[in-house]
Amino acid sequence: MRYLPKSPAERERMLAAIGARSIDELFAVIPAECRLDRDLDVPRQQAESEIIDYFRAAADKNATGYASFLGAGAYRHYRPVIIDSLVQRGEFLTSYTPYQAEITQGTLQAIFEFQTMIAELTGMDVANASMYDGSTGAAEAVMMAVRVTGRRKAVVATTVHPEYREVLATYATHQRLPTTLAGYDAKTGRVDLAALEASVTKETAAVLVQSPNFFGVIEDIPAIAAIAHAQGALLIVSIAEAVSLGVVRPPVEADIVSMEAQSFGVALSYGGPFCGVMACKEQYIRQMPGRLVGQTTDGTGYRGFVLTLATREQHIRREKATSNICTNQALVALMTTIFLAVYGKEGIRELAEHNLAKADYTANRLSTQPGAKLLFTGAPRFHEFVLQTAEPPVLWSQRLLDEKIVGGIELSRWYPELGHATLWCATEVITREQIDTAAMVLAAGLVEA
Amino acid sequence: MATDLTNPQTPAGSHTTGKVRPHQTQNEALLFEKSSPGKRAYKLPPLDVPAVDLASLLGAARRDQAAELPELSEIEIVRHFTRLSTWNYAIDLGMYPLGSCTMKYNPRVNELVARIEGLAEAHPYRPESLAQGILEVIDLLQRCLLDITGMDAITLQPAAGAHGEFTGILLVRAWHESQGNSRRKVLIPDSAHGTNPATAAICGYAVENLRSNSDGGIDLEALARQVDSETAALMLTNPSTIGVFESQIHKIAEILHAKGALLYMDGANMNALVGKARPGDFGVDVMHLNLHKTFSTPHGGGGPGSGPVACKAFLEPFLPIPVLVKDENGAKHWNYGRPQSVGRVRAFYGNTGMFIRALAYILANGPDGLRQTTEDAVLNANYIRHKLEDLYDLPYKTASMHEVVFSDKRQAAKGVKTGDIAKRLIDYGFHPYTVSFPQIVHGALMIEPTESESLEELDLFIEAMRSIAREVEETPEVVKSAPHSTRVSRLDEVQAARKPILRWRPGQ
Repeated sequence: MRYLPKSPAERERMLAAIGARSIDELFAVIPAECRLDRDLDVPRQQAESEIIDYFRAAADKNATGYASFLGAGAYRHYRPVIIDSLVQRGEFLTSYTPYQAEITQGTLQAIFEFQTMIAELTGMDVANASMYDGSTGAAEAVMMAVRVTGRRKAVVATTVHPEYREVLATYATHQRLPTTLAGYDAKTGRVDLAALEASVTKETAAVLVQSPNFFGVIEDIPAIAAIAHAQGALLIVSIAEAVSLGVVRPPVEADIVSMEAQSFGVALSYGGPFCGVMACKEQYIRQMPGRLVGQTTDGTGYRGFVLTLATREQHIRREKATSNICTNQALVALMTTIFLAVYGKEGIRELAEHNLAKADYTANRLSTQPGAKLLFTGAPRFHEFVLQTAEPPVLWSQRLLDEKIVGGIELSRWYPELGHATLWCATEVITREQIDTAAMVLAAGLVEA
Repeated sequence: MATDLTNPQTPAGSHTTGKVRPHQTQNEALLFEKSSPGKRAYKLPPLDVPAVDLASLLGAARRDQAAELPELSEIEIVRHFTRLSTWNYAIDLGMYPLGSCTMKYNPRVNELVARIEGLAEAHPYRPESLAQGILEVIDLLQRCLLDITGMDAITLQPAAGAHGEFTGILLVRAWHESQGNSRRKVLIPDSAHGTNPATAAICGYAVENLRSNSDGGIDLEALARQVDSETAALMLTNPSTIGVFESQIHKIAEILHAKGALLYMDGANMNALVGKARPGDFGVDVMHLNLHKTFSTPHGGGGPGSGPVACKAFLEPFLPIPVLVKDENGAKHWNYGRPQSVGRVRAFYGNTGMFIRALAYILANGPDGLRQTTEDAVLNANYIRHKLEDLYDLPYKTASMHEVVFSDKRQAAKGVKTGDIAKRLIDYGFHPYTVSFPQIVHGALMIEPTESESLEELDLFIEAMRSIAREVEETPEVVKSAPHSTRVSRLDEVQAARKPILRWRPGQ
């Protein structure tokens, strides 16, 4: 086996040194009835070339070369080449969690840079070293708010990503944490502020909203914050599209921001690994889950970095920890750090502007086709929009697939009240030609119908 | 340098070994300190649609102050991260004997196949008809993991080991609820990983501590006393965190099952079992795996991981949604219609990129390779045990599987603790072992070599440990002030925690 660095003779020598007659002697502690006396039923040992062939074949079955208008929490952006060159350096790729600070300053300094960039982008004071993803991060943020406030209820906007809400429901059920939903305004697609105000009480630990929300609409964060804070609740803002922060005002009124940073240079990879991250106001740090890197000095006064405030974490506090999280998304966080270094202060704005322009053009082109209508025009949006069509989406989406285009995702499974509505996303990688083709295909069917 | 006692490489250094050393000491400032306005590392293609007016589109939602991100050129970014990387230790540099963490070789073909465009660029909401390739990968991995564990059903959704624990305990809870009583407590041995009690707590269970017996294993009498009608499950790591197989595992399961409680297995130590024994054959009801331990996906400086949960058939209805199913034509689909499901634990389907890597590892090994891997991992741990037990105290004499736990009892008598010995190992070119865990061993040195170490590397490690043991006798201060060869010396953790500086600010 090519990964095993021992010859048969060496194995014999080691057994002899130990004083064991055979390898089986070392497994004798396992009762005979528990031992497996057959080969595992897994494919036979493959050559490296066969492994590559297998996955290439799988990739081909996946069908490539499609233009895609899919977003909804997973966004396709261009990934600068140096991201993969750098994260594949063995010193990053094959290093462990940086508990031994003297020999992990590389990872630690990179995380410190990540924390700084996330804090800058979100308008928060501090950020942690990453969470699993945006969905679990939002659930952890609600639990954090429960610890901060000592209250046990949460109000959640229905415009938060439906799968994020499902994850929160799973966590909340077992924490016995009642959650109330606040609906959206049919005209703007924003949280219905009156409904929200009616739901938030002195028992509310947190209000959770997403901005840009699931419909791509940017929420009125100052107004939502005023409602939450008036009752002493914390405001948690979930951000699923991190690139929006290049042009969208950061949610500075929030107490906790839970962000999915996948857009910053992380491949879609059929939904993971992505990169959750949590940021908050300084006064709440000690209730924050996850790892934190802090700056300090060594014995001779050199600047260095360490994992800090570990008394929040499970390996010290066990059942009293702020979370059970241990492994996080470190290498993916490194990807996002490199991405942000590449784009920098000007680039992130320019990139976001391109997204805005593409989406604006797409929304205009599609919604001016007969039978198509843009929903939620009463509020600003980023690069996603909801399109309502006279024709059922299942019909035109097949025509688009024939043209090698994946159209917007149907919303009926989550928002049946919206009828034939689909959620479209246009990032900088979509071309005008693809947008025009999509508009033509959409129109073609509508005319026939 | 010739008389530097702290440096094991110099001729007059206390004890020379053949290991490489010292660490890079090149300076590298923070990205923000290197930034200057106007530098760029990006270039966007020309905008092929009309430009938009931010003020009119966004109004009050427009960002009026740019985030202070660094401005650098591409070469500076490449050098920055390359220099930082040289400050890290890594498996690619040498042995990483972190007990319980299974720091094995991360094959490079895994990285290549995970980046094949058709897999890496697949959107999670693409139509299933365009995702059959990745669904087949997921299906094959599921089938392999089911045979490896001997279980009946599986979900790959959890993002890491602790997340898998959470999912597994939710299955336990949902099953008990379906029986009419969710029960109140979860039993956890005092040797367990910290994630176990933290998980039980976030699932709403009271944690009841189970004391280990004199062999470091489960005390059957104590277990029988503590299991009652309010016990939901025992969370057991097998082999235990001292690397010992619970030889009474059948009886443990019987005691639990007789009272209607379930047996949860923390699969952190599956590297001792793959191809040799299956949890499903020894009474485990539900367990998680760590693809980033047993199945070679890279740790990446702390993540990402992946924590599949496998269970027996009676727990299958409670698995998180969606579940992968096959139709009569062999096409694969996600099934969301599962009324008894515990719900969703993560958006989408899990860390798919890790599934690809884990499957590549399984394919590279095959049944014979997986068995040989386990045997080599156990052989390596026993070899180290045999070569060090005359110098380091071995608190539990029970047979070791894939890891061995010593205590610093003999060295502590000289004022040198496990943490000091660990730091001194760095000077010898090794990553430290796991320090002070499990908690049942005072001053623990927890060593897990994995199968990835050659006899030469093992002998160097043993030589280093023996050399340090001599230093403890002759020059203990050298050990207590280690490491001496790194870019920074021991860092002031107290200062870091007292006045946390968690981000850079101008002029800081």
